[in-house]
Amino acid sequence: MTSPDPRAAFRELKFRDPVRAQAMVEALGRLTTEIGRPRVSVMHVCGSHEQAIAKFGLRATFPRALNVIMGPGCPVCITDTPEVDEGVALARQGVHIATYGDMLRVPGTVLSLADAQADGAKIHVIYSAGQAVELAQRLGEPVVFFATGFETTAVATAAIILKGLPDNLSVLSAHKYIPPVMEIVAEMPETAVEGFLAAGHAATITGWGVFEAFVERHRLPVVVAGFEPLDILAGLVKLLELVRDGEPRVVNMYPRCVTKDGNLRAQEHLWRVFRPVGGRWRGIAHVPNGNLRLQDAYGHLDARRRFTIDLASLWDYAPPALAQSCICGDIMAGIKSPADCTLFGKECTPERPVGACMVSSEGTCKIWQQYGGHPDLGGIA
Amino acid sequence: MCLGVPGKVVAIDGNCATVDFWGVRRQVLLDVVDEPVAVGDYVLNHVGYAIRRIPESEIGETLALFEQLLAQDDAADLMAGDVRSEIAGTGAAPDDES
Repeated sequence: MTSPDPRAAFRELKFRDPVRAQAMVEALGRLTTEIGRPRVSVMHVCGSHEQAIAKFGLRATFPRALNVIMGPGCPVCITDTPEVDEGVALARQGVHIATYGDMLRVPGTVLSLADAQADGAKIHVIYSAGQAVELAQRLGEPVVFFATGFETTAVATAAIILKGLPDNLSVLSAHKYIPPVMEIVAEMPETAVEGFLAAGHAATITGWGVFEAFVERHRLPVVVAGFEPLDILAGLVKLLELVRDGEPRVVNMYPRCVTKDGNLRAQEHLWRVFRPVGGRWRGIAHVPNGNLRLQDAYGHLDARRRFTIDLASLWDYAPPALAQSCICGDIMAGIKSPADCTLFGKECTPERPVGACMVSSEGTCKIWQQYGGHPDLGGIA
Repeated sequence: MCLGVPGKVVAIDGNCATVDFWGVRRQVLLDVVDEPVAVGDYVLNHVGYAIRRIPESEIGETLALFEQLLAQDDAADLMAGDVRSEIAGTGAAPDDES
């Protein structure tokens, strides 16, 4: 897999509206100059945003002073090591595990689900929550749905639970909720983020109103943006305007998918089934209210209650030595970039990933490895 | 898992819609969509569920990115791959029934 030159990618980019794209690139330059600081850092929290930024070579068009960082936006990557361990332990106890494909190679303390599978554990890749139900019906043996992802995916888990699960299906929830982690990252002094680009499809569920309290508390602007290169450029222009004016507020630049209140029906499903609890996000921090766990009313479906999960059986092995040098946590917190990692592209590749960010198609390292997302190319527009 | 994919509803049976994604038809559940959906509407699909009905006046802009991604035939492209996975109904890795 080669990394194409992002500058060439931008030149060849078939923007539907090249005049508008160029105007927005120029606006970014003008706004950065008006802000006048040597570095302006803004953060997005979505793997698909990073894919689009890297794929379409947008960073190569940014002014040198503009630093667009990917934060904790990869739902697979932020699934914490002990959560993967729970899945691995259950699989090694002989339970069928159903989960989304990207989870297989995410490292646990010692083993990944793929390692367990190689040892004979029964791991099934599913694409939708509904397939976990079909799998359980087909197998008739105990199946655990290892449910990961942000609120967009948690809504699907909630929907199958509300419809009623087969008796042999239980849920190991590692779902995460994005708004609280933005609070944590905003308070990290090393990150020095001056504004957030919020992910369009997660905000489809929560609505943009959810960010108003955040803006009030942290005095940082939030712009909701879509996934087209033009959507992202427009979102960044608006975000820099808000930074320049020093009047933080929420602006919705993706009205075709996001409303102020969001999808109320989906929220109703979500909060009927899940409650927010504090918990760790891999490598980042303890995030108050950042984890979604089943409400007591659905406790009988909770794999953590239904099974005795034997984590101790995993500790007979030594953790891989390379993992000690992995800086995925700092990358997801926006403190470091893959370019700061000694393993990136060498010992750690998509074929042989050391850290979670190289495993998932939404992980910063894997995206950079494919597209070459290096930010040092700024200022060529 | 972050990117929903839009498609056009061609049939509805109860809470299950048949949705056309550039010629590929899939079943999408309507349990959590926020507005009534009719045949001919576009919906944003996320892991088998419609999470939003997209107003027809705005669908052109939403489809353009996906058309550009799907027109690309590089099998290794991550973003196009994620979109294809959502549509094809297979995970990012091949299903292994071992």
